[in-house]
Amino acid sequence: MIITKFIVKNVFRHKLRTALTILGLAIAVMAFGLLRTVVTAWNYGVDASSSTRLITRHAVSFIFPLPYNYRDQIAQIPGVKQVSFATWFGGVYKDNAPDAFFPRFAVDPESFFPVYNEFILPDDQLKAFISQRNGCVVGKKIADQFGFKIGDIITMQGDIFPGMWDFVVTGIYSGRDKTVDETQMIIQWAYLDESLKETSPSRVGYVGWYIVAIDKANQAGMVSESIDGLFSNSSAKTKTETEKAFQQGFVSMSSAILASLEIISFVIIGIILLVLGNTMIMSARERIREYAVLKALGFSSALVSGLIIGESVLIGFAGGLIGLALTFPIANAFGQAFPTIFPVFEVMPVTMILSVGFSLGVGLLASAFPAWKSGRTTIVDGLRQIE
Amino acid sequence: MKVPFSYNWRNLWARKLTTGLTVTGISLVVFVFAAVLMLSEGIRDTMVATGSKDNLIIIRKGSTSDLLSVVMREQIDLVSTFPEMQKHADGSIMATADVVTMINLDKKGSGDMGNIYLRGMANPANNIRPQVKLVEGRWFRPGQAEAVVGNKVHDLFQGAEVGREIEIGSRKLLVVGILDAGKTGFASEIWTDADLILNEYNRANAFSTFTFHLGNQDDFEVIKTRLSSEKRLQDLEVKREQDYYLEQSQFMATFITALGLVVTIIFSFGAMIGAMITMYAAVSNRTTEIGTLRALGFKRRSILTAFLVEAVVLALIGCAVGLVLASGLQAVTFSTTNFGTFSELAFGFSMSTSTIISTFIFALVMGLVGGFLPAVRAARLNIVSALRAEG
Repeated sequence: MIITKFIVKNVFRHKLRTALTILGLAIAVMAFGLLRTVVTAWNYGVDASSSTRLITRHAVSFIFPLPYNYRDQIAQIPGVKQVSFATWFGGVYKDNAPDAFFPRFAVDPESFFPVYNEFILPDDQLKAFISQRNGCVVGKKIADQFGFKIGDIITMQGDIFPGMWDFVVTGIYSGRDKTVDETQMIIQWAYLDESLKETSPSRVGYVGWYIVAIDKANQAGMVSESIDGLFSNSSAKTKTETEKAFQQGFVSMSSAILASLEIISFVIIGIILLVLGNTMIMSARERIREYAVLKALGFSSALVSGLIIGESVLIGFAGGLIGLALTFPIANAFGQAFPTIFPVFEVMPVTMILSVGFSLGVGLLASAFPAWKSGRTTIVDGLRQIE
Repeated sequence: MKVPFSYNWRNLWARKLTTGLTVTGISLVVFVFAAVLMLSEGIRDTMVATGSKDNLIIIRKGSTSDLLSVVMREQIDLVSTFPEMQKHADGSIMATADVVTMINLDKKGSGDMGNIYLRGMANPANNIRPQVKLVEGRWFRPGQAEAVVGNKVHDLFQGAEVGREIEIGSRKLLVVGILDAGKTGFASEIWTDADLILNEYNRANAFSTFTFHLGNQDDFEVIKTRLSSEKRLQDLEVKREQDYYLEQSQFMATFITALGLVVTIIFSFGAMIGAMITMYAAVSNRTTEIGTLRALGFKRRSILTAFLVEAVVLALIGCAVGLVLASGLQAVTFSTTNFGTFSELAFGFSMSTSTIISTFIFALVMGLVGGFLPAVRAARLNIVSALRAEG
């Protein structure tokens, strides 16, 4: 009990220095938390993917389309529940301003929502979407960002599909939970395909990739092999993988950026360590005589070391908690600044645990040297010290 | 009367461990700050070097990348007749019609997937890109299933060796040569015969881009006018090659800079606080000394300056160490997908004078801000109580 009191008293002896140290730690922990959140947000597609969905794409690269007639052939394969497909529309909205970028897919309206059952769309809006060829459904997040309402017209300049396009908002979908991407815009594939008959007939009847819903997750490997085997001798070979693997492929394209972020977050930990270590070394240096007095009174070296370690861990913990508390508002602000790059930007539990865990670990580590040193200092040397 | 500089220097030297920790903290922050600047500079360098200033590129209006652009053979034939075209000695025009598509290759080591541009060209010998040279093997022969790979593809991706084959759709291309394209975007591409790609991907006569050499820079506007006044060329636009490639990397450079600076700014506060802690401790440890200096007749202002100088020296040593660390990054190649074009782009970290100056100013500000409050405290000490202080 007395020791705890001692530690707390020691912490508040140098109010300014302790306050600065805690503030420094809190800021660093906040930066760390923000970076980890960016990394997890980048990976969100992998974590949010369903284990009962497969993606079938062109074997060479997913920029190449697949024939529409593959659809019925895939549907025949045992274990396949439903087949849907999508095509990347791209397009330029609002002169390609960086914040005006959001994913735009052309899909099959009847099968898309059953396959992606985490996208919630009211029944009447789904009916309206199916019945209106140039209709579109937008995610709640972009509807809020651009103020889209049902009945509005969104004008886009096509790039992959040339021309100017007017889409009528027939519905606004929301996610089943927080991990669902609410930044997509969905239009009708048939409408695009029709237009190609005029502009480039050779591109008619192709889709970007197939989304295959399967009955059981453990059949994924078997069904994938059957699909790829089916088209192994055709001009457009396919590559089928689970949605998770497909998303992982996307994330790994930016692996270099992610690796840099990881490195920087460890550099931050290093900086936290230096700031706290510096404070602890100074405190210990100033108190050498006191420690000698304690030892002369009969307290053990271990207790003296414990005092230093306890103080350091306490400061580390305080900094970690405050830093974590600061992480939430800054992550919110950052997520709102880049709404379309990071469709889901949430501080994950694992980030919270890491932030506080690292602060405690740093608290231990920062006190190691001064604790060891003051444990070793003899009483005589300590009392002789002038500082 | 100024406090001599040697006084500060010896003070920093007296507490080596504390000084060392502070300097290390500052140098880490400086390192990250410099690295971010070097990376965006590196992207810029690559993109500027990719385009030549004498070349113009014709693409379809609104295309953000070569992949999305379509220029028909008959349009190319029409543009080729413009009198402004530069010609070789043999009368052929200095131009190349390219068809660009994409294939996936796996990276060496990690096995991560990368999207590589596959660029088909009619005549490799008619090279209007002087920054690209053949360094190993030979050029591909027209009409043969052969390819040459850029140096970064060769360095970073599996199977991009002379004598190996690369699968594209239903065919395999034999790698017959390696290009040295320095640090340009072409270093991340594979080049092959145009007709082969057109046939393989059923593109008929749809090329992607048309790039040509312009003898007289003033003719840019003339070409522009010709495109807009000719009915069959309405859907095309012409850009300077350099501008075109710069635009492609704009988003990437902005994103990296924004993310990097947010992080750096946040934890530069951490470093400032570190410097502050050190300086406050220095002031409280040296209270008696400060009293003595004042008693000797040094002015408050001199004391303030002396302590500020000490903080700035700390920061500048940290800056030097951080810059030395960061300069080591110049040996590193950074390869990632360019969001703008969706293709693999390898670039390096470039250290430029402006980066060094910005970093230096950044460190100086850190030192001044971190040292200001402690220095004020030192200057405001009362002589009598300072001399009476313990320690």
